[in-house]
Amino acid sequence: MSRSAREDILARIRRAVDGAPEVDIPRRYRATAEVGDLVGLFAERVGDYRAIVHVVPEAEVPARIAEIVAGRRMVVPEGLPAGWTPPDTSGAGPADPYTADGVVTGCAVAIAETGTIVLDTGPGQGSRAQTLVPDYHLCVVRADQIVAGVPEAVSRLDPARPLTWISGPSATSDIELNRVEGVHGPRTLEVLIATA
Amino acid sequence: MSATFLGMPGNFPKNSARAVQNSQLRYNLRKATHTIRGKRASVVGELPDWQELRAAGKAIKDETLRHLDRYLLQLEAAVTAAGGHVHWARDAAEANRIVAGLVKATGEREVVKVKSMATQEIGLNEALAAEGITAYETDLAELIVQLGDDFPSHILVPAIHRNRAEIREIFLDRMADAPPGLTDEPAALAEAARVHLRERFLRSKVAVSGANFMIAETGTLVVLESEGNGRMCLTLPETLISVVGIEKVLPTWRDLEVFLQLLPRSSTGERMNPYTSTWTGSAEGQDFHLVLLDNGRTDVLADEVGRQALRCIRCSACLNVCPVYERAGGHAYGSVYPGPIGAILTPQLRGMGSELDASLPYASSLCGACYDVCPVAIDIPEVLVDLRAKAPHGAAERAGMRVAGWVLNDQARLAAAQRAASRLRGLVPRRLPGPLSAWTDTRDLPDIPEESFRDWWEREG
Repeated sequence: MSRSAREDILARIRRAVDGAPEVDIPRRYRATAEVGDLVGLFAERVGDYRAIVHVVPEAEVPARIAEIVAGRRMVVPEGLPAGWTPPDTSGAGPADPYTADGVVTGCAVAIAETGTIVLDTGPGQGSRAQTLVPDYHLCVVRADQIVAGVPEAVSRLDPARPLTWISGPSATSDIELNRVEGVHGPRTLEVLIATA
Repeated sequence: MSATFLGMPGNFPKNSARAVQNSQLRYNLRKATHTIRGKRASVVGELPDWQELRAAGKAIKDETLRHLDRYLLQLEAAVTAAGGHVHWARDAAEANRIVAGLVKATGEREVVKVKSMATQEIGLNEALAAEGITAYETDLAELIVQLGDDFPSHILVPAIHRNRAEIREIFLDRMADAPPGLTDEPAALAEAARVHLRERFLRSKVAVSGANFMIAETGTLVVLESEGNGRMCLTLPETLISVVGIEKVLPTWRDLEVFLQLLPRSSTGERMNPYTSTWTGSAEGQDFHLVLLDNGRTDVLADEVGRQALRCIRCSACLNVCPVYERAGGHAYGSVYPGPIGAILTPQLRGMGSELDASLPYASSLCGACYDVCPVAIDIPEVLVDLRAKAPHGAAERAGMRVAGWVLNDQARLAAAQRAASRLRGLVPRRLPGPLSAWTDTRDLPDIPEESFRDWWEREG
């Protein structure tokens, strides 16, 4: 082979755009959205995806977690705040994602306008497999982690980390456009919003 | 294994004439396109700055294309720095060779796939099969298409042409572990697919994906999906191979703030799709390979009018509003890219050498609904008209157009022709003779007035 594919493609691109005009990018869209009640809007929008949503004062979070996951074997990711770690009711020790009933995590950021939670595999958020394989995901979102819109979330996140943006439980509309929750990801998403 | 679209026979009028005879297909399509159309309109209406986002999306894509060489090099450097490997492929054969080689190097004979238009475009599954490698589609609709030995017919909902009863039949027939008592409830069908694929996800060592976006600045790849099969493929296997068209790059991380608003709302009509995964190079220790695909894209880029088609983010909003797509369905376009975007993309990527590809620029009434909904403002009617001028035309048509041009270009000739037409108006039959009857069989011939407007104006004015 004479020239590499890389050199060939780059040369073809340069020939193709030779003399094309320069472009200005207008960014007149909203950099921040005006939302009065971030917690309220986030709760409503997550609920629209048929996730289960609770809003509780931060101090009550440990008790609520224990109550919600009672009887389930949960994956507990590294760095999860001690208070959020559910008591081991099964007696079988720490669960691995392939046999566990569910996983409990925190998050990196949440978006009110779209009802989205973003995980970045940081402390208390688990590996990507840990939040994917179990059939049930309980996610704790602190009120100060909620931003109004997508641009604020993008600017808060670190692209070097693997990110998972979650908007409701796994779903498909491939059969006659009927929405069915739960194909390969967790079939149930439960969100605890912790207010100060 | 579904056959490839390449070299499909026929032309658009013949294919669509066949499709409109299928009442089940017409019903499925109408229901689906109207449903998504309504959802899209309502979530787009929620954003007060939609037009500003659209303008930014268009400009970001144009800027990317203007300096595509620079952004690809920047992307390559960033992916490599993060522990990934970058490969370049001039065409389908080269891309397929690279992927097959990478899979063989792992010693594996199976790959799981997350839905990707680029790998369908290059016929990757068939190429891998020829090398003894089995590719398993994991998107529910793609699974239905693959098991049914069928073609996808919509960018977002590839099995849009199948109803639940047909899907149940396909599963019972072709899926070894389908439960015998399977009903045609969508939830039951989705559960059967979940069970069928679960084991495969956990076992597979190699995955193949595409990507919706690649960030030049950071080397990050982005995949949007709904079911979680994408997360399974992107996360669990030890080796991940992503085949991505060179036009999918975006300059900066910040640019995602625009496209993560434009794409889900335009595509599924949701505020956000259930899952979006982003990763940079070798994430969590995975062996990552990126195959950058040209396959005709640089030809499209060289066309001043046609290059705007490369802005496309594959949302499929144009399909859902198109009166032609709604009736003809996706298969009539003979390409993985159906609908209005396909009508401008396919003839540019493949050239207009075949009868089918040369007929695609005419697969439109030029109503412009596609342009209105396009999140990156691709002026599809403009490109269609431009391609029609470039498409091959028959000798009789060219001769006819030359005569018409000669008459219309001169006032005296036009007036003489109009007067002659008025005098002979009684002789014009309802049905034109010979090949011209094709026109009058479906349309009424306009009445020729007794007197032309120009003559009337001269007399009365």
